[in-house]
Amino acid sequence: MTDTLSQFSVLSLYSAMAIYAIAFILFTFDLARGGGREASAAGASDSIVQATGEGRTATLTRVRVDAPSSKPGRRPLARIAMALAWLGFVFQLTATILRGIAASRVPWANMYEFAMTGTLIIMLVFLLVNLKWDLKFVGAFSTGLVLLLLGLSATRYYVEVVPLPPALQSYWLVIHVFVATLGTGFFALGFALSLAQLLQTRREYRAVEAKPTRLAWMSRLPDSAQLENYAYRLIIIGFIFWTFTLIAGAVWAEKAWGRYWGWDTKEVWTFIIWTIYAGYIHARSTRGWRGTRSAVLAMVGFGSVMFNFTVVNIYFKGLHAYSGLS
Amino acid sequence: MLRPSDHIDSEQAAASDDATMGRLGFVGWSRWIWRQLTSMRTALILLLLLAIAAIPGSIVPQRTSDPNGVSQYFADNPDLAPWLDRLQFFDVYASVWFSAIYLLLFISLVGCVLPRSKHHWDALRAAPPVTPHNLSRLPSHLTARMSGQEAETVMSAAHRLLRRERYRVRRYDTADRLTVSAERGYMRETGNLVFHIALVGILIAVGLGGGFSYTGQRVVVEGQAFTNSLLAYDTFNPGRFFRDRDLVPFSITLDKFSTRYEERNVNAVGQPIDYKAEVTTQVRDQAALQQVIKVNAPLDIGGTNVYLLGNGYAPSLTVRDPSGNIVYQETVPFLPQDRNLTSVGVVKLPDGLAKQVGLIGFFYPTVSEGHSGAFFSMYPDLIDPLVTLNVYVGDLGLNDGVARSVYALDTSRMTKLTGTKTDLKSLELRPGQSAALPNDLGTVTFDGVKRFASLDVHHDPTQGWVLAFALAAVAGLLTSLFIPRRRVWVSVRKVRGGVVVEYAGLARGDDPTLSAALARIASAHGSDLGLVRD
Ligand code: HEM
Repeated sequence: MTDTLSQFSVLSLYSAMAIYAIAFILFTFDLARGGGREASAAGASDSIVQATGEGRTATLTRVRVDAPSSKPGRRPLARIAMALAWLGFVFQLTATILRGIAASRVPWANMYEFAMTGTLIIMLVFLLVNLKWDLKFVGAFSTGLVLLLLGLSATRYYVEVVPLPPALQSYWLVIHVFVATLGTGFFALGFALSLAQLLQTRREYRAVEAKPTRLAWMSRLPDSAQLENYAYRLIIIGFIFWTFTLIAGAVWAEKAWGRYWGWDTKEVWTFIIWTIYAGYIHARSTRGWRGTRSAVLAMVGFGSVMFNFTVVNIYFKGLHAYSGLS
Repeated sequence: MLRPSDHIDSEQAAASDDATMGRLGFVGWSRWIWRQLTSMRTALILLLLLAIAAIPGSIVPQRTSDPNGVSQYFADNPDLAPWLDRLQFFDVYASVWFSAIYLLLFISLVGCVLPRSKHHWDALRAAPPVTPHNLSRLPSHLTARMSGQEAETVMSAAHRLLRRERYRVRRYDTADRLTVSAERGYMRETGNLVFHIALVGILIAVGLGGGFSYTGQRVVVEGQAFTNSLLAYDTFNPGRFFRDRDLVPFSITLDKFSTRYEERNVNAVGQPIDYKAEVTTQVRDQAALQQVIKVNAPLDIGGTNVYLLGNGYAPSLTVRDPSGNIVYQETVPFLPQDRNLTSVGVVKLPDGLAKQVGLIGFFYPTVSEGHSGAFFSMYPDLIDPLVTLNVYVGDLGLNDGVARSVYALDTSRMTKLTGTKTDLKSLELRPGQSAALPNDLGTVTFDGVKRFASLDVHHDPTQGWVLAFALAAVAGLLTSLFIPRRRVWVSVRKVRGGVVVEYAGLARGDDPTLSAALARIASAHGSDLGLVRD
């Protein structure tokens, strides 16, 4: 039973990866063809006319509009890619749930499962945020990253379903790890937007100087200030989750290891990441640091998240390795 | 909002500091240094430095968490290790440089938060600022013409509306226009201050906690009891302000230790699934209680927590001299070496036999023999247990006054009599069996095996405070990041046939919804006045 279910899980995961791969290609083509929002009828200040029954009228004129009005426009490639991303997500969700049922527990208790659930959340955050803002241009990044991580973990870190060792038998596993992956999902998107912001800044700079640029395809993406705002909104959400991860981790460590903080390698890196993002938030409010420098910090932050998840997990020694007895 | 001078929202400093630096006296210098220390840039750089300074501690083993790793590191890198040690790389989080960074950060933090708190306290009781002359210059701005309306009616409707929307409002009328100035979201700054103050709280609580806490470790074999006193511990680490009477008198008896290992899942056979220590506890003279300690479920006894951190096997061994007198009879905890609980233990026999004897024992709960003839354990549970003993004679080194671990045998002044590189095989004993020690020293009997639990006792009076401050920090963070602080002005001017109404908004801090909020206010204002939208 367990075996059958976990085999179906793997099958479903591979299907998801195949679908993501196609989505990735389409997203990339869309970018190359100048992805981004369709230019809206610029300049026209929209006005609201109000009228009463007695014929008295009030006209509201919007003088300046902050939020760029974005129209979906006709971008068939991006829309197909988006639909595929949703489809891939459904397959991956199925894979993850099957894995959880096969193991009779939450599917995030080892590297392979962290990767599966973590990338699922990265994808989910990307899809949900797109319901609010048109960030399809990040699709190539999101599907690409998810594919890379899934591919790595499915080929290198696959493990059969095994029961939880006593140290992991705690509802804090459910909370702490899940919140951490949520944070990671937001940080990932924040990273992509900060990267786009850096490139966009560069393009804008060269455009002002009337110099040629290979980044012309970015001209239809939001401008760098807008990208920075998007990145910031997402990263502060990630930061809240990360703060919570830190606290939940400490509470759990107190229960499992008898101390809430012991500078274990994983604790150290969670702290480092938290500190970098706290730096990022300050940087955005510091004169001379907003813009490029804070974007670099956001990218270093996510780089550390990835480092923590890969190198620290695999190569660094610490209690989180669950090697058994202390 | 009083912000550090290099905050993005504060006025650009008019004169450059450098121009006046030459003429600064002591006070001037102090003030300049203080301003640098409490600037955003300094806070930012210290935060980044803190992140960088934390890295080495994850790469190099730390004395506090991994003392064996440190010894190993010294053995592996004899040239590098002393240098790293001099730079405190094995004690990163207590090192001078790490402490310096976080202390500077917190001085900066306090220096930053105190004036801001004062300023915010005043702002909380001050009226919203005077309406600017030219509202159309503000980043968010709407204009409406309303025909057939009275200026005062329109104004008081706006006033009521903003109050309903929980703005703090104040009318500023002039001859040519009626205006209301409104501000909301003071909680944003409150949250920010709560967050930063809570960080100071965490640091203080952690610091005090380290002083008043203690941790102790104790290995308890089934059937044994231990009382909470200094002598009972195998290792004990008190904080600086610890006093003996902080030890709450309690006793814990390990009645039974049970384990469960995976049996069905072929991918995980032998993996531990459950450890359970059944104990009888007693605090002072109160009635004894039957309780259970598990991993992830510590026992709370008299304000002290007792954790189950390890376990293993403790074979019972009896040693007799050649005439059959018992010289040693104990249940000896053997330390587990691998996941199938091959375990190693030591017996020291300073007196009673013809010579000082030391035994290094290996215990295999389910023994199996490899190709080379070496034993190993193939399953962690007790299915086919075996003890093997290597016998040493000579000087145990117990008389030179150096504390010796009960888990290690110093064989430098001893001769090995059995085992590899000797003529005799190691002694092999199954439960109930006896074997003769070489050279007619006596006999040893393996009577049976019990389990032991290693318990960690931890008392930290401030950890509740740390948690409370951490939660306060989260609450502060949420309010400060997601409550928008904004100012809104409405002005009403009489024109022929009606009025012109201007709405303007100004964000203070990040506020992506300002325009939408302003549009909503304008539209609600319209409907309050009975102007219906088409
Ligand atoms: C232990 C070190 C510090 C940490 C971890 C930290 C963290 C944070 C975080 C997470 C925020 C964003 C949340 C909020 O607005 O409440 C923030 C904001 C802020 N911090 Fe800190 N902080 C630290 C030290 C400082 C210091 C020393 C200063 C003074 C220079 C400072 C000044 C500020 C200011 C002015 C803001 C508001 C930024 C804005 O306008 O958005 N912080 N800090």
